[in-house]
Amino acid sequence: MGNKLITLENISKSYGSNTVLDELNLYINENEFLTLLGPSGCGKTTTLRIIGGFETPDTGKVIFDGKDITSLAPNKRQVNTVFQKYALFTHMTIAENIAFGLKIKKKSKAYIDDKIKYALKLVNLEDFANRMPDSLSGGQQQRIAIARAIVNEPKVLLLDEPLGALDLKLRQDMQYELIRLKNELGITFIYVTHDQEEALTMSDTIVVMNQGYIQQIGTPENIYNEPENAFVADFIGDSNIISGTMIHDELVEILNVKWACVDKGFGINKPVDVVIRPEDVELVKEDEGTIKGIVTNIIFKGVHYEMEVMANGFEWLVHSTSLFPVGTKVGIRVDPFNIQIMNKPESEDEEAIGVEE
Amino acid sequence: MMKFIKKFYLVIIFIFLYAPMVTLIVFSFNNTKSRAKWGGFTFKWYAGLFNDSSIIQALINTLTIALLSSLIATLIGTIAALAMNNMKKLSKNILMGVTNIPMLNAEIVTGISLMLLFIFFKYRFGYVTILLAHITFNIPYVILSVAPRLKTLNPNIYEAALDLGANPLKAFFKVVFPDIMPGILSGFLMCFTMSIDDFIITHFTKGAGVDTLSTKIYAQVKKGIDPKMYALSTLIFVTVLVLLILVNYTPNKEKQRRLKGEKAK
Ligand SMILES: Nc1ncnc2c1ncn2[C@@H]1O[C@H](COP(=O)(O)OP(=O)(O)O)[C@@H](O)[C@H]1O
Ligand SMILES: [Mg+2]
Repeated sequence: MGNKLITLENISKSYGSNTVLDELNLYINENEFLTLLGPSGCGKTTTLRIIGGFETPDTGKVIFDGKDITSLAPNKRQVNTVFQKYALFTHMTIAENIAFGLKIKKKSKAYIDDKIKYALKLVNLEDFANRMPDSLSGGQQQRIAIARAIVNEPKVLLLDEPLGALDLKLRQDMQYELIRLKNELGITFIYVTHDQEEALTMSDTIVVMNQGYIQQIGTPENIYNEPENAFVADFIGDSNIISGTMIHDELVEILNVKWACVDKGFGINKPVDVVIRPEDVELVKEDEGTIKGIVTNIIFKGVHYEMEVMANGFEWLVHSTSLFPVGTKVGIRVDPFNIQIMNKPESEDEEAIGVEE
Repeated sequence: MMKFIKKFYLVIIFIFLYAPMVTLIVFSFNNTKSRAKWGGFTFKWYAGLFNDSSIIQALINTLTIALLSSLIATLIGTIAALAMNNMKKLSKNILMGVTNIPMLNAEIVTGISLMLLFIFFKYRFGYVTILLAHITFNIPYVILSVAPRLKTLNPNIYEAALDLGANPLKAFFKVVFPDIMPGILSGFLMCFTMSIDDFIITHFTKGAGVDTLSTKIYAQVKKGIDPKMYALSTLIFVTVLVLLILVNYTPNKEKQRRLKGEKAK
């Protein structure tokens, strides 16, 4: 880790008048599990295809291991892709599919047979060598697609929403499977998803994207606990995002009430956005809280209750294991440490989070 | 009772469908030239057929034109379908519409316009003009049978092959081609039958002295058809029947291969 393997420099890409990526800069370290996370249509697949060589950027450079590969053909790159819809070759057996890349590289028969066995074992489908792809389930096909890619010993594996088509249970199993694979192979994974939970579970680094701009880069903890702007906060899990004013260091006013917090350096009387995660909102007796509210809605979610509490004109989302029936008058308290202050988007960032367009 | 009516109905339909063919086959063994009475069983028309060089020549013309025009049309049509598949939606739809026009167009119009075109370019009518005409009217059939295959093709499989190190040519022939092969094949077969079947367009684009079976038979209609033609038609019918049975049998083989794959598990 720590060695830059891929660098994207000022990458821009448009289709007609639709600007998909605008001056994107990003580097990916060796042996990193990096996830591109963002809503559908934000340019994740396009970024991945530029790294794989299937699209050429309009401007900017792709640097791989110190060499400029911007216009290198995909078949000459040391990366392999696992496509969104598996893309197995339906007229070939599983073994033939896995052998495809090795045969092109003219490896010996013994070497290829060894590799097929090894790869099938790695993805837990040892007995499937002679099956045809369409006799396999979606999850099995996906694992074959991964096996087919990794036998070529790429330095980087690109995965485009590989679990998107699988059902919830299988998706969770596959998440662990992928982490195990990544650790066994010791290579770099660049993973694309729109599922924030998936990103938080698996990644070393998350890159949050929106409308072709990078919103934030950081570790999962980083992104979850300290979102840099309202878009990231909103996209990564449920949260209460409230407009407020930073009175001075460690004191913020929201909903006409002053709250103690731990953030500093925003200036005096500065407008800010405040993020409070629903699980950080404590419900207490009416007169023990910072503000008073009334429970308006309850849903049982298995692990916790999800409640909506109306207080000072704002509907708070609250996760709590104890139940307060609808209509209960409650007080709301938040630990200063759990109040996350973010700068309001300035004009140039405003474009970045897509408020304008 | 209901069952009987159903069976009866089926039999009637088959009689209507096959009675003409059966009549033809029967007459090909008839020992007189008359079309009204049975003069005893004979193979002489079959024997005569193979000694009649003009009929054999027409047969050879028909088959070579069908084969060549189908091959060339399949090649051109497949490439056209591939190109159209990579176009934007609007231009693709427009081109597809343009492709359909010659098929919906009355054959006689196609025939006459081709004739005028050859005259305009002062091209001598003969074997080559028939061949060119057949290629022309066959291309749309190939496009029409290859395009749907391409449309349902996962666009990522070509890229997956590139990704695994294949160059563009190899990627096409190893993964795209096998997937659209059934479309190409059925396009080719359609062309072949269309070409053998064609009379009108051939009639307008052929030169004197060059005949295909259909124009040859037409020429004989006025003075009475030579029974050798019945013999020939019978042979063609039997050939087509055998081919049809073979074609219907092939998909089973693929299925068996698949089943075998599953059992090997
Ligand atoms: N080949 C293409 N032609 C035109 N527009 C495209 C093409 N590929 C992607 N786009 C557009 O680029 C934008 C980003 O697409 P994509 O990178 O696939 O997003 P994501 O993977 O994040 O959902 C979308 O608006 C999409 O419509
Ligand atoms: Mg995508």
